[in-house]
Amino acid sequence: MDDWRNGGFGLYLHWPFCASKCPYCDFNSHVAASIDQRRWQAAYLAEIARVGALTKGRVLSTVFFGGGTPSLMEPDLVAAILDAVRRTWRIANDLEVTLEANPGSVEAGRFRGYAEAGVNRLSMGVQALNDADLARLGRRHTAAEARAAFDIARAQFDRVSFDLIYARQDQTPAAWAAELRAALAMTVDHFSLYQLTVEDGTAFAARAAAGGLRGLPEDDTAADMYLMTQDICGEAGLPAYEVSNHARPGAESRHNLIYWRYGDYAGIGPGAHGRLTLPEGRFAIETPKAPGDWLTRVEGEGTGESARAALTCADQAAEYLMMGLRLAEGIDTARHEALAGRALPRQAVQQLQDLGMIEAKADRLHATSAGRAVLNAVIRELLP
Amino acid sequence: MPAMTQLDLIRNFSIVAHIDHGKSTLADRLIQLTGTVAARDMKAQLLDSMDIERERGITIKANTVRIEYPARDGKTYILNLIDTPGHVDFAYEVSRSMRAVEGSLLVVDASQGVEAQTLANVYQAIDAGHEIVPVLNKIDLPAAEPDRVKEQIEDVIGIDASQAIPISAKSGLGIPDVLEAIVTRLPAPTGTRDAPLKAMLVDSWYDSYLGVVVMIRVMDGVIRKGDRIKMMQTGAVYGIDKLAVLKPQMVDIPELGPGEIGVFTASIKQVRDTRVGDTITHEKKGCAEALPGFKPAQPVVFCGLFPVDANDFENLRDAIEKLALNDASFSSEMETSAALGFGFRCGFLGLLHLEVIRDRLEREYDLDLITTAPSVVFKLHMRDGEVRDLHNPADMPDLTYVDHIEEPRIKATIMVPDEYLGDVLKLCQDRRGIQMDLTYAGSRAMVVYDLPLAEVVFDFYDRLKSVTKGYASFDYQMMGYREDFLVKMSILVNDEPVDALSTMVHRDRAEARGRAMVEKLKELIPRHMFKIPIQAAIGARVIARETLSAMRKDVTAKCYGGDVTRKKKLLEKQKAGKKKMRQFGKVEIPQQAFISALKMDE
Ligand SMILES: Nc1nc2c(ncn2[C@@H]2O[C@H](COP(=O)(O)OP(=O)(O)O)[C@@H](O)[C@H]2O)c(=O)[nH]1
Ligand SMILES: C[S@@+](CC[C@H](N)C(=O)[O-])C[C@H]1O[C@@H](n2cnc3c(N)ncnc32)[C@H](O)[C@@H]1O
Ligand code: SF4
Ligand SMILES: [Mg+2]
Repeated sequence: MDDWRNGGFGLYLHWPFCASKCPYCDFNSHVAASIDQRRWQAAYLAEIARVGALTKGRVLSTVFFGGGTPSLMEPDLVAAILDAVRRTWRIANDLEVTLEANPGSVEAGRFRGYAEAGVNRLSMGVQALNDADLARLGRRHTAAEARAAFDIARAQFDRVSFDLIYARQDQTPAAWAAELRAALAMTVDHFSLYQLTVEDGTAFAARAAAGGLRGLPEDDTAADMYLMTQDICGEAGLPAYEVSNHARPGAESRHNLIYWRYGDYAGIGPGAHGRLTLPEGRFAIETPKAPGDWLTRVEGEGTGESARAALTCADQAAEYLMMGLRLAEGIDTARHEALAGRALPRQAVQQLQDLGMIEAKADRLHATSAGRAVLNAVIRELLP
Repeated sequence: MPAMTQLDLIRNFSIVAHIDHGKSTLADRLIQLTGTVAARDMKAQLLDSMDIERERGITIKANTVRIEYPARDGKTYILNLIDTPGHVDFAYEVSRSMRAVEGSLLVVDASQGVEAQTLANVYQAIDAGHEIVPVLNKIDLPAAEPDRVKEQIEDVIGIDASQAIPISAKSGLGIPDVLEAIVTRLPAPTGTRDAPLKAMLVDSWYDSYLGVVVMIRVMDGVIRKGDRIKMMQTGAVYGIDKLAVLKPQMVDIPELGPGEIGVFTASIKQVRDTRVGDTITHEKKGCAEALPGFKPAQPVVFCGLFPVDANDFENLRDAIEKLALNDASFSSEMETSAALGFGFRCGFLGLLHLEVIRDRLEREYDLDLITTAPSVVFKLHMRDGEVRDLHNPADMPDLTYVDHIEEPRIKATIMVPDEYLGDVLKLCQDRRGIQMDLTYAGSRAMVVYDLPLAEVVFDFYDRLKSVTKGYASFDYQMMGYREDFLVKMSILVNDEPVDALSTMVHRDRAEARGRAMVEKLKELIPRHMFKIPIQAAIGARVIARETLSAMRKDVTAKCYGGDVTRKKKLLEKQKAGKKKMRQFGKVEIPQQAFISALKMDE
């Protein structure tokens, strides 16, 4: 297995529960009255055994607990899972284990347990650094709680990242610049900075459709905020290595790099997706989205897998292009060409280059900062 | 079925009405009450058989049905109903089917009253010498005012409405009275059985199983299966393979005598080989004199149809040929455009006709088409005395060769409630109209305008509907050509002329038009990664200019392992949408822009 070429082999575990549903969020997250964590543990362990058999002999380089709110998991549960993971796969020396955490005081109380279980990287959903905006985003924590949680996390984990959402209602570019500089002052080495997206099916989408949710920045302003974010972070030594992700060199999320380098990863848990190279070819693998469906499927049928679709070379080429151009390092043109069976359309490449949207160097092609701001359009030009 | 039918047991009639006044519903009821179609086969709007007709609720081609009706006098009559289209674009079809029958039911919605198409259609019936039976429909509606509408019919149309029949085509109320009135008040046809065959070719269409089907009305003589017949205008001779009546599905019949209406097939290759209005007689012992023919419908609106995907050209050619077989009023000629490649310049009776044909091409033949800006036919009077027809503004020769230009004008009749009159007058004025008449019938005004057809074909009807909240009705007649100060306006997108967007405009309106068009295009063309100047020009002189700014942000903020499949589908869908656009230089212009750019919101 050539996993090392594409960033390694990763395992994603989805925890689908949250204490409450944020109005902007379209993740597979649910609020449940009670959760039988023992029952979930049994299901995760069963899936680890099944997926382990499928990917026998491979070296695992990353584990990611995503959600939902994985910081609602009991540390025992996380420990049991990580024990099973270590028994199942050969583990890379520098295994990266990330857990997504909400920065509330209750969650912070569990951080130490996670560290003891083997988690070595925490990704915190701070979202905003002022209480008014946190309230508008429907968050349960205050800015002070988030800062306190962050300090606890720094004491427990080698690596801590946090997420901010910007281009919020009534947020001016100047206000965002100030907030971003404050965040940079908190000595982190990794940030995910997302422009607020009104996703279909969310409470925000309903509000927007009803004429509410006023004061979101116009497209041009949002574009300015995006470019400004690139500049500020670049100057601070955390350049964008992906559309919305910034890190000090070497501090990138290795798990997420697997997605963007279009490597192999297994998905366990409700709605978790995987991309796996099996003896018969490469597959897109899915599990049921609803937590109850997934649980009963694992328990009843001995597998959480609900769909396994073969990926043609053309599918893989398109997926690689789409994911790879998100990265500052771009794509390996030879790898793309081998999958696509032909080179990228020369005229489109030339035009995009003339417009300053992409750059081609030696055997790689990447989008520029301006190009990443309109990446969907760039990819549309390059797709067959 | 008796082989021959006595003339006085036949009644031939049509139904004339403004659109939506209930013509098709009434036809359904007549068919239903006489048991012509078994109850289980009955579906609403039985005669509107094309998908598009059902969808848009309009009748496009005339249709016919033969009904047997046992009357109160104890005798069974044969009633032939020809259903005619109501829309102005198809006025020609109305006029020709009128000639095949002796009487008309004039259906007026009792809650709406007389409308523009009521007038236009009833006058055609009167011209054709019809006996008219007024019918007041929709009396079930609380808003129905049968007495007021009766008065209106007498005042505005000038016919006796004292015997008008109140009905509800929806509930069936009054339908027996209508059937009885057809028998007692409409005249029987006349004709001589022993005379040489003389039949009128009323309509023809292409049926995928039977080939060309010809509908006829027999005037004199008898036509039988197996007969050798001759078309008097074309001289073509055929043998009758199949003779039938429509009920409305075909039922074979051994012969048709004077006064009867039916259809035949005769191994005719295409609809174009038949001429509506032609006289049909026997090859041997033919009749001496033909019936006065009809003048064929002239296409008045032209546009280019191009395949979005150049590889579809052959498919488009096939599809156009097949459609033309079924619609003699639609013309086409191959065309090449610098930007759009190979396509066809097509002529239509009006904008609805254009839309119907384009819809059918896209739907029935699965094609994606670009429709260029519709244009009327201008007459170019050249300096050397030659007169040329200009069907396509892109073909406009250099002005130094042109002495003057004429454009077609129409006489438009608009009926509108008083409170919207001001808006209607303004609309007509804005479209370079000259008021010819203004009268009142109760609280409704009737205005007659002399208007350039070019200002009407486009979106006049939509605008009229919107400024009058749908209360106005409209009809028009062609009036001939008149000179005006017309110029060709071209559109440049990213400094490249787009010939498919060229239009002929009045010089005095050019700036306003040009500005409106470039503003519209700015909305219709999606942002690109670079900025795009959009200009309107007369010759080399730019008269309006807009700049479409560059797209600056189009990226998905979050994209992780679980998003790959969804995101790929989305991008592939967008890519497919992109392929539906046409490339002009570096700019992609969406299909609908070519028509939408011309629609004026005012
Ligand atoms: N209330 C009521 N509606 C009717 C009556 N006759 C027809 N309609 C409705 O009026 C609309 C137009 O009828 P249609 O027969 O298609 O009109 P056409 O355009 O003249 O053929 C349809 O929605 C019919 O259902 C009637 O007697 N009463
Ligand atoms: C799996 S989610 C949430 C993890 C964790 N439950 C939390 O809320 O802190 C990962 C990140 O996506 C971002 N996000 C979620 N919905 C978003 C939206 N509609 N627009 C922009 N960013 C969003 C948030 O920054 C969030 O922290
Ligand atoms: S943003 Fe995080 S906490 Fe909020 S609902 Fe989504 S997953 Fe749960
Ligand atoms: Mg109808």
